[in-house]
Amino acid sequence: MSISTYNGAAIIAMSGKDCVAIGCDLRLGIQNQTLATDFKKVYKIHDRLYLGLAGLATDALTLNQRFQFKHNMYKLREERNMKPATFAHMVSKTLYEKRFGPYFVEPVIAGIDDDGTPYITGMDSLGAMETSKDFMVAGTAPNSLWGVCESFYRPNLGADDLFETISQCLLSGVDRDALSGWGAVVYVIAKDKSFVRTLKGRMD
Amino acid sequence: MASTRLNVPGLDGRCAGASRAAATLALGGADLASLAGGSPVASEFPLPAVQDLDRFENNVQELVKPEHGTTTLGFIFRDGVIIAVDSRASQGSYVSSQTVKKVIEINPYLVGTMAGGAADCAFWQRNLGMQCRMFELKNKKRITVCAASKMLANTMYSYKGMGLSMGSMIGGWDPSGPAIYYVDSDGQRTKGTIFSVGSGSLYAYGVLDQGYKWDMDVDTAVELGQRAIYHAQFRDAVSGGTCSVYHITKDGWTKIRGNNHYDMHYQYYPGGHPTAANDVI
Repeated sequence: MSISTYNGAAIIAMSGKDCVAIGCDLRLGIQNQTLATDFKKVYKIHDRLYLGLAGLATDALTLNQRFQFKHNMYKLREERNMKPATFAHMVSKTLYEKRFGPYFVEPVIAGIDDDGTPYITGMDSLGAMETSKDFMVAGTAPNSLWGVCESFYRPNLGADDLFETISQCLLSGVDRDALSGWGAVVYVIAKDKSFVRTLKGRMD
Repeated sequence: MASTRLNVPGLDGRCAGASRAAATLALGGADLASLAGGSPVASEFPLPAVQDLDRFENNVQELVKPEHGTTTLGFIFRDGVIIAVDSRASQGSYVSSQTVKKVIEINPYLVGTMAGGAADCAFWQRNLGMQCRMFELKNKKRITVCAASKMLANTMYSYKGMGLSMGSMIGGWDPSGPAIYYVDSDGQRTKGTIFSVGSGSLYAYGVLDQGYKWDMDVDTAVELGQRAIYHAQFRDAVSGGTCSVYHITKDGWTKIRGNNHYDMHYQYYPGGHPTAANDVI
């Protein structure tokens, strides 16, 4: 039994023109048994920064609380929000602090800078960052998610087109994975308009 | 007995003995092999040259496990037999197909269901189909569900310990009425009225036991079978795809339904499923 596939997850982040999108599936299971279909794996850090945590759900929940705490402390000290890159390095450092007893999560970070420049990055459970200019995936369906993203992604999409692309990638990707799916939710972050939508997906 | 059947080197004593018993039981002493022009199995299976064959085969099975997650069910009620199955095949957590046919139509009055190893199920049920046809030609009457299931069970027993993986229901209608037998690769064979087999069987049993009544009409029974498979597909990660429902009467089987899980879900829960009761946004 692998602990990183205990609960099941699928997360994608994609960058567009002055916008990013991040989406996740909604399943929470224990191995093959589906427990809930409203378990969101993407967490809001602030209006222009979202964090996705795939992997062991209990660790994801704990880590999210730690990051919320750290971001609050940062805001008190600096009187501003964290930039995506700053936050990503903070996540990386936090994970590496537990190098010899890690949190079993795979984070994906998506956000935009003050000028709207997209930023997305992914990490392994020890904090090794992989910054990408197009897309990043994590979870129990990485092969099918990479596959659909590689073929559907186009650079410089607008917010609406980016939403459509990431949604189709997510829904198609999870259909080949038994441990993720059961609906999905997608967040699109742009300078002027941000929105969130739940997707109707297969429930098997 | 003119020739040996299932002639597996190294297993001769056990194997030939068991299958001879099978043929004798099913055919009342008639020689099936001479009718078929050879053994009931198309050919011999070459075996690896190892000391402990059974253990070797079990280890191999662990390495190449072709298991598919499955939910299948069958029950007898007033107006016949209902057989319902899902259609997903998986390798580990990878969904390798959503359109597998898990009901094998042995003849117009007999069907078998597939759970376990895909190849083992497909091959041996096809083999069973052949044996049933041979019986028909020889005896000029259709085989009973009892005899057909016994032939499969005997085949399974003759390969016991060699890593075959199969959990099957043989359902049908013969002169004695409706019948369902559960047969698996351990050689177990059980007659019963309600069965469910596969990784999603516990979920299906829950729905089935709750809704089952002997006096149901056909529509209710078909709906119960579909509903049980639907809920198993929902809860069990490795069951899914579509739900096929078969109804068997004295006139043979008919396929009543073949519905996609997506359509069933939004038909049963247009306002969203209770597991997503919280507003997801």
